[in-house]
Amino acid sequence: MILQVENLIKSFDGFIAVAGVSFQVEKGEICSIIGPNGAGKTTLFNMITGHLPLDKGRVIFNGIDISRLPAHKICRLGLGRSFQRINIFPRLTVFENIQAAVLTHRGKSLDFFTSVQPLFQEETEEILEKVGLQGHRYEVSGSLAYGFQKQLELGITLACEPEMLLLDEPTAGMSTQETRATIELIGKIVRDKGLTLLFTEHDMSVVFSISERILVLHQGQLIASGDPDEVRTNPDVQKIYMGKK
Amino acid sequence: MSRQNWILITILVLVGLIPLTGSRYYVFLFTDILIFGLFALSLNLLLGYTGLVSFGQAAYFGIGCYTCALLIKKAGIVFGFAFPIAGIFGAAAALVIGFFCVRLTKIYFAMLTLAFSQVVWAIIFKWNALTGGDTGIYGIDFPNFMDSKVKFFYFTLIVVSLSTFILRKIINSPFGRILTTIRENPERTEFIGINVKLFQLLAFIISGFFSAISGALFAVFNHSIFPDFCYWPISAEVLIMTLLGGMYSFFGPMVGAAVLLYLRLEVTSYTQYWPFILGTIMVLLLFFFPGGIVGFIQDQIKRLMPSK
Repeated sequence: MILQVENLIKSFDGFIAVAGVSFQVEKGEICSIIGPNGAGKTTLFNMITGHLPLDKGRVIFNGIDISRLPAHKICRLGLGRSFQRINIFPRLTVFENIQAAVLTHRGKSLDFFTSVQPLFQEETEEILEKVGLQGHRYEVSGSLAYGFQKQLELGITLACEPEMLLLDEPTAGMSTQETRATIELIGKIVRDKGLTLLFTEHDMSVVFSISERILVLHQGQLIASGDPDEVRTNPDVQKIYMGKK
Repeated sequence: MSRQNWILITILVLVGLIPLTGSRYYVFLFTDILIFGLFALSLNLLLGYTGLVSFGQAAYFGIGCYTCALLIKKAGIVFGFAFPIAGIFGAAAALVIGFFCVRLTKIYFAMLTLAFSQVVWAIIFKWNALTGGDTGIYGIDFPNFMDSKVKFFYFTLIVVSLSTFILRKIINSPFGRILTTIRENPERTEFIGINVKLFQLLAFIISGFFSAISGALFAVFNHSIFPDFCYWPISAEVLIMTLLGGMYSFFGPMVGAAVLLYLRLEVTSYTQYWPFILGTIMVLLLFFFPGGIVGFIQDQIKRLMPSK
């Protein structure tokens, strides 16, 4: 078991966004969290990755209690995340975006006097290639097309060589075609490297095509969990997604 | 060596030839420009590279001034040692003040740096026994081996060049790259595994160190120092220099310092309405040249040579 989430609770000004969520993710699993808007998916991600302090509960990653650790330490333990909204370094080039993450991961960030330019060229190129951005390396990342920025976001996350990926709506705002390509790409990377993947997604066909297990979040609580078929036939899930029958 | 380095060395040599003109005016002006240029460069490590608006940089400049002056006048420390010690005092003050400031962001960060700098000013202003209070400290003389304005000009040129070299090295290092990612997106930087507050604090300390070095130079250059040197208008002035020259280019702040100091010297010899002219320049700058002088020139070059 790589990730263990125990009874997480978070409220904002009395509104309970996450109301006691517990689940586990096995090493190498591809797992998704679905749920209507406002179900608490992003809040849950923010809590696991140290972006939001927990009101209650515990998060164990690879046997280490990360509940109270700051985000940068969690990242260094091998839990990488991407964001729903584009979250890159807009005025840096595509290459520099990735390179910054690579050099941090390789423990070079506190080097004050080496020239940064020639560092980790190969490693950075490799990641650019992996996310299909090798043709854009000198472009200023903020002026890239939306889909490319999303890919860059993924690239930055991969550059930290995480063991487990938490992707928050990796295809948000993409066309159907882009979505399919991106999901294929993610699936390939995850399987090649033997990573563990936990992601949220609004496109149900994507979710059911790639997930080995699906968690359903509704009003801050997990209401179902299981393989795609189990979730598809679960009456509670049908009620939320299809309206009351 | 790259083309840029050749240009820099050429400029350095040209500046080094200035005393040959025999003009006391230019020696004075360029010493002033070098000192404030370094001050503006040190501020820009925070402003342009880390994305932190420090509105209290005069504190470290002032601490540099007073440390250097007091060491020379009261402690009898050798001139050469007073400079690095002044820098270390500036860095130490920045460590303490920065520790609190980096906990806040944006306007709150700016206001806290201002508040702390006013505290530093108040201490210097009121601590009569040590600092001479309102009267300041007089008679900070050149040491024997450096008994002329020209010699001090060369001393300043060496100290500023060396400091600039180190700052540029830092900017182009992995640490410098991470500072720019913090400027661009502190949240994302945290999620590539960087302790953002620690890096901001380190930048603050380095900036404080070089601000204090420029303050120390200024104390000797001016021969006397006053609490005014760490009062908030100095913070505003160095901020204006940085914006005027262009905060997204390394040498922009130096250019800003040169233009501002030259204009001030020229304009004040014709009219007493310098603040009015400065205000007009700022308005035009913010509306039409948000990238500052160097940013504007770079844009023009890019337009004329699109392939570059």
